[in-house]
Amino acid sequence: MLLDLADEAVDISRQVEKKKTTLRGRTQINLFFEASTRTQSSFELAGKRLGADVMNMAVASSSIKKGETLIDTAMTLNAMRPDLIVVRHHAAGAVQLLARKVDCSVINAGDGAHEHPTQALLDALTIRRNKGQIRGLIVAICGDILHSRVARSNLILLNALGAEVRVVGPSTLLPSGLERMGCKVFTSMREGLKDADIVMMLRLQRERMNGSFVPSVKEYFHYYGLDSEKLAYAKADALVMHPGPMNRGVEIASDIADGAQSLIREQVEMGVAVRMAILEALAAHLPNEG
Amino acid sequence: MNSHPVLIRNARLIDPATGKTEQGSIAIRDGVIAALGAGIDADAAPEGTTLIDAKGMVVAPGLIDLRAFVGEPGHEHRETLASASRAAAAGGVTTVVTMPDTHPPVDDPAVVDFLMRRARDTACVRMLPAAALTKGLQGREMTEFGLLGEAGAVFFTDARHAVDDPLVMRRALTYARDFDALIVQHVEDKRLAGGVMNEGELASRLGLSGIPREAETLMLERDIRLARLTGGRYHAAMISCADSVEIIRRAKQSGLPVTCGVSINSLTLNENDIGPYRSFLKLTPPLRHEDDRQAVVAGLAEGVIDVVVSDHDPQDVEAKRQPFAECADGAIGLQTLLSAGLRLVHAGEMSLARLLAALSSHPADLLRLPQGRLARGAPADLILFDPDEPFVLDPADLHSLCRNTAFDGARLQGVVHMSMVAGRIVHRPEPQA
Repeated sequence: MLLDLADEAVDISRQVEKKKTTLRGRTQINLFFEASTRTQSSFELAGKRLGADVMNMAVASSSIKKGETLIDTAMTLNAMRPDLIVVRHHAAGAVQLLARKVDCSVINAGDGAHEHPTQALLDALTIRRNKGQIRGLIVAICGDILHSRVARSNLILLNALGAEVRVVGPSTLLPSGLERMGCKVFTSMREGLKDADIVMMLRLQRERMNGSFVPSVKEYFHYYGLDSEKLAYAKADALVMHPGPMNRGVEIASDIADGAQSLIREQVEMGVAVRMAILEALAAHLPNEG
Repeated sequence: MNSHPVLIRNARLIDPATGKTEQGSIAIRDGVIAALGAGIDADAAPEGTTLIDAKGMVVAPGLIDLRAFVGEPGHEHRETLASASRAAAAGGVTTVVTMPDTHPPVDDPAVVDFLMRRARDTACVRMLPAAALTKGLQGREMTEFGLLGEAGAVFFTDARHAVDDPLVMRRALTYARDFDALIVQHVEDKRLAGGVMNEGELASRLGLSGIPREAETLMLERDIRLARLTGGRYHAAMISCADSVEIIRRAKQSGLPVTCGVSINSLTLNENDIGPYRSFLKLTPPLRHEDDRQAVVAGLAEGVIDVVVSDHDPQDVEAKRQPFAECADGAIGLQTLLSAGLRLVHAGEMSLARLLAALSSHPADLLRLPQGRLARGAPADLILFDPDEPFVLDPADLHSLCRNTAFDGARLQGVVHMSMVAGRIVHRPEPQA
């Protein structure tokens, strides 16, 4: 399966010679409507390591700014005959819309607060490599669940892989109906983190921390920021994850982010591997004649 | 200091929490009620016990007032914690919740801490701070309910401002749920209110602009729907009209965590008392029609309305000696709270135990305070009063730094002969005879 393929990709990425030829001659377009550092660069690296020609669309200077609709952009790109398009968009559902209008494979690199499936896969890979398996683990996803596509994708994937998924956050950051989405819901870190194997922190965006969803950074960190005291509620060998970019001192204390229990840097490495695995898997199904 | 034992004999003990009334004694030790009832032997009291003969008067829990404006910090010329506490003690109020619209406002844990320390050092009754619901009472961004609550804030309110924006109210009620915080709203839509007194015939005759009841009921209906959406604990600070009583009744019947209060003024006065443009009777919410007054009294008697507040609001002379339409709102009320409330009892509109419940055990339950009841182990916050003793209110006898009372020269019944906080006597005038 995909995670096994990704394990192989980790080995390739750790060699001096990192190139494969699986995607030679193929064109991959990274279409990012929303700024991204790690997702975009890891897709770029993954594509290049597999031998594809990778093009990054700089959306800020493109026709989108000139008022072109998303569907017209899709049709234009389609006419250039790419094999793979990687899309990040700020609106939920935008990737699906685009996928319906082009003939090639489309990879969702995050759409609004809907899904970020490759992040969930890299998180699963990271957990599996460190804990041996995912089945039976307690995973607590903490913080701004409401706006998080990472949380939604992880909920689906980790549940499918047999983990017990919990979400923890203030009620203002929990979407309604969450308890029917396959997780236990907590508003207290002490209860939510009890016996957890994995503590997954989420980023709190700046515009949400000054009175609109939570009153202040100070109060948010006091009740929901992961520090050594709150981490102690989890199992002694619990591991800490964060999809990045982190706000140190908001959702996570600096010493925890850099501490022995942190997997945060490993997540980035797994990001490249998982995306290589995804591209390889898709390559097997790409049409061989135009 | 508090360990000095006291025994009050020959008292009519009324516990509003249970509705029980009995003749007997009450023993106080270490600041709490040690024993009470008919079978207490005065001879068994420990040495050094202060004996007080109640002469058949009522002993009840000290009153708890959930709404008093104090000028500290920022407007100490209007009222300080010390002066408000003396007025409270003289009126039988032993716990006062102070409103957060001070300067600076109570929207930071440091200000809560300041108020707690100042009260401890200068006030003779318990003064508990309410914190602002939104930063700077601006109605836009909620305050730190968690940290403010840990510092000692008992609930969250923008005092005389309503939180207008439904999204802010929704988020506040949602967030409050995580901390089991109580949200208290001043139910008045400012834009609809507009006027200076109750809208109706009298306002038209006086040539004053009116405040429709809908300014209150629309906000109340909206908030209750938001309380249902969020599950947050919601308390309407003061309702003033018949329609609001029905709205609260329905909310309670459907099991929502909704409660409400009423001002002593709305219970005992109506718009006709404004008479010749008496500015001390310019209030928010405004004094309504007599039908509304009777409806809120009935609502209180039935238990639809949970608590009675003084809405103590000291205003200096400059703010009140203006034409009615231009003067500030508000009247003081801590010292007259009990005697004004007793008007309802003497008029046969409700029982004494019911009135006392709305003034002590109900507010205690709302704030989850241990006082407000006559029970062994409860804090010895007690008052001794004669509910029948008549007097004419002389503003010179008021302890508040301001004299804007709605009961200037009024004939009242009910005199507090002693107030006690945690077993310590804080008010005991020299006996006349």
